[in-house]
Amino acid sequence: MKRTGAQIIWESLVREGVKYVFGYPGGAILPAYDAMLDYPIHHVLVRHEQGGTHMADGYARAGGGVGVAMATSGPGATNMITGIATAQMDSSPIVCITGQVPSKLVGYDAFQETDVTGITLPITKHNYLVTDVRDIQHTIREAFYIARTGRPGPVLVDITKDAQQASADFEPDTSPIRLPGYRPDLRPLTADMHTAAELIREAERPLILAGHGVLMSGAMRELREFAERTRTPVAMTLLGIGCLPASHPLNLGMMGMHGEAWVNNAIQQADLLLAFGMRFDDRVTGNTKTYAPNAKKIHIEIDPSEVNKNVKVDVALIGDLRETLGQLLPHLGHCDHSEWLEYIDEMKGDTAVRDIQSLPDSGHLYAAHVINDLWRFTRGEALVVTDVGQHQMWEAQYYKHETPHSHITSGGLGTMGFALPAAIGAKFARPEAEVWAVAGDGGFQMTAAELATAAQENLKVNVAIINNGYLGMVRQWQEFFYERRYAATPMRSPDFVKLAEAHGLTGIRVTERSQIEAAVRQAEDTQGTVVIDFRVEQEDSVYPMVPAGADLHAMIRRPKPSVLAETAADR
Amino acid sequence: MRHTLVALVEDKPGVLNRVASLFRRRAFNIESLTVGHTERPGVSRMTIVIDSDQTSAHRVTAHLYTLVNVIQVDDLAEKPAVNRDLALVKVRAEGDSRARLLRVVDETRAHIVDTSATTVTLEITGEPEHLDLVIGRLQPFGVVEMVRTGLVAMARGDVAMRPPNGGYSNHAAVPLD
Ligand SMILES: Cc1ncc(C[n+]2csc(CCOP(=O)(O)OP(=O)(O)O)c2C)c(N)n1
Ligand SMILES: [Mg+2]
Repeated sequence: MKRTGAQIIWESLVREGVKYVFGYPGGAILPAYDAMLDYPIHHVLVRHEQGGTHMADGYARAGGGVGVAMATSGPGATNMITGIATAQMDSSPIVCITGQVPSKLVGYDAFQETDVTGITLPITKHNYLVTDVRDIQHTIREAFYIARTGRPGPVLVDITKDAQQASADFEPDTSPIRLPGYRPDLRPLTADMHTAAELIREAERPLILAGHGVLMSGAMRELREFAERTRTPVAMTLLGIGCLPASHPLNLGMMGMHGEAWVNNAIQQADLLLAFGMRFDDRVTGNTKTYAPNAKKIHIEIDPSEVNKNVKVDVALIGDLRETLGQLLPHLGHCDHSEWLEYIDEMKGDTAVRDIQSLPDSGHLYAAHVINDLWRFTRGEALVVTDVGQHQMWEAQYYKHETPHSHITSGGLGTMGFALPAAIGAKFARPEAEVWAVAGDGGFQMTAAELATAAQENLKVNVAIINNGYLGMVRQWQEFFYERRYAATPMRSPDFVKLAEAHGLTGIRVTERSQIEAAVRQAEDTQGTVVIDFRVEQEDSVYPMVPAGADLHAMIRRPKPSVLAETAADR
Repeated sequence: MRHTLVALVEDKPGVLNRVASLFRRRAFNIESLTVGHTERPGVSRMTIVIDSDQTSAHRVTAHLYTLVNVIQVDDLAEKPAVNRDLALVKVRAEGDSRARLLRVVDETRAHIVDTSATTVTLEITGEPEHLDLVIGRLQPFGVVEMVRTGLVAMARGDVAMRPPNGGYSNHAAVPLD
């Protein structure tokens, strides 16, 4: 069979099981776009290539498999950078296909030529420049294989226009992929396994730190089994949320900069930390010199370069988390640890009275209330995609996620503008899910153009804008560390209700707590995408907070409310 | 401490860039880097010398493994090895200094590879320390031009670098610091 390079691209994507491509056309990718119409793949026309990469990312994180984004050379490709870096930092499997100027012109600063493989080299798991039609099939196969195996990540394939136009014999290749330098199937050493089991048996105050790796390797059952059998409490990273039901008695909640005090104090006082698929990011450790000083540390991790990078550990088990836990479990008996668990419970009680939920209901709309009510009225069943800022932390604190893959956010890169496009991608992956994007007034405006994509696709996502009139998280730092000098953080925004309506979508404004339920119900009952503008308290702050680089136990605590007034239903 | 990392890599365009970029991005300073062919077609060998502590050398080794085109990495600081550097040195040699220079050449096992009326070009091969020494003795004559290739190295004995099959040697199993 003779096929053009453009056709081979789509043949290959179909063979990888790709159903959606999030893209934007242009000159250098035009041959591929022309061939697209003949293949059973739905192309989603995004409004900015960054949005396309976030959609692919959200699609992958929601469980759709490898997400695919496409763009033209030069500006199309450079617009993808933020989304690629976001996927890289959070190990999200996406494949980006970019057009490149004809190979004869590469290196001559041709119109819309950019060294895309050069630019993306440090922010991809791997990338390729393809100049020969005969290399397209195996390169795309390798790209998908690399993106989804081992520690997943973004792979970019840059294909010159002449390679897309040229023809070659095409036979579908199904041979196993062999890359001499790529060995994603690492296993821990048996001796280390035994050492780990011994440390676990000896521990009196053990704690599990559950990260994104639990979700990525699908180790939810093993984690739960481990925690229950050894009676070990579980703290989660931001990206680990959902790996154990929030209501599980051993689930402590989120750790780190905005983790609850009892969680961070438990980490500091533990005698054994079990790091499952997490990488001791500075946002979860605080000052590493004083981090968990009395704890032995066991790190189960798929990427050897993460071991001993930020925190020195006593035992490292390199390998897939699910498999490794599966092998470790038979070595472990039942433990008690009731003293330790009771102690943590006591710390918890002390913190609960400081909770914002305990504030008197003054009629003001607090972001925490919005999130809490959103959780109640969506029965905790929504797939929530958050942006970056205060609202992101409040969501992590107050939306109690019961199921895996129900919380998607940009953790490592902290990319504002992520929520709406990632939510759109997530909805394509899980059409049956009730998808909510929760964004700040600032971040929403960074990719708000993707409302038009949702409208064109007749896609239903709900958007909750936590509108505080500020770049809130930065304002909070200015309040705490820069003497309230609010440089460039007050933000005037367009009328979000009208903005939604201008897209032919529904907009709702909420200014009082009593309006939340009706708004959420209306959003759920409306067919198309709905935008809710929640006008919340402007100078509210996220507590507790570990200042950057401070000791994990040195938290700025919530101010203690003087009056405790609350309705039982809010608990 | 000086670490000599040897990396077997796929012989493909851009691989040198990937490796060099990794060192730059992770803020490791490369003292020397050489690339050459090996006994196997399609496989190149890089010798990278860095000045770092043991922990950092482990770290950069692990990072090198994250590169898809890197097949195997070995740190020769941990084992006996043959180290070789090569220098070409063009030295001023006029009048009676020429005779003195030829005596130094004799004593230091340097080779004369080119001569002119006013200069002599020498080739020196050996351990880097040997080169330092010889170049030091040539300095008084006046070094007109000099180049060193950078280190290449190979472990002693009957061991050879071969791609590992399967398991990864656990980092924590190797003593740190
Ligand atoms: C693309 C990008 N630019 C800047 C930042 C820095 N930043 C982090 S949080 C934040 C404020 C976000 O404001 P908003 O979206 O209104 O959310 P809020 O904190 O008010 O909930 C900023 C500017 C970022 N994370 N990403
Ligand atoms: Mg805001």
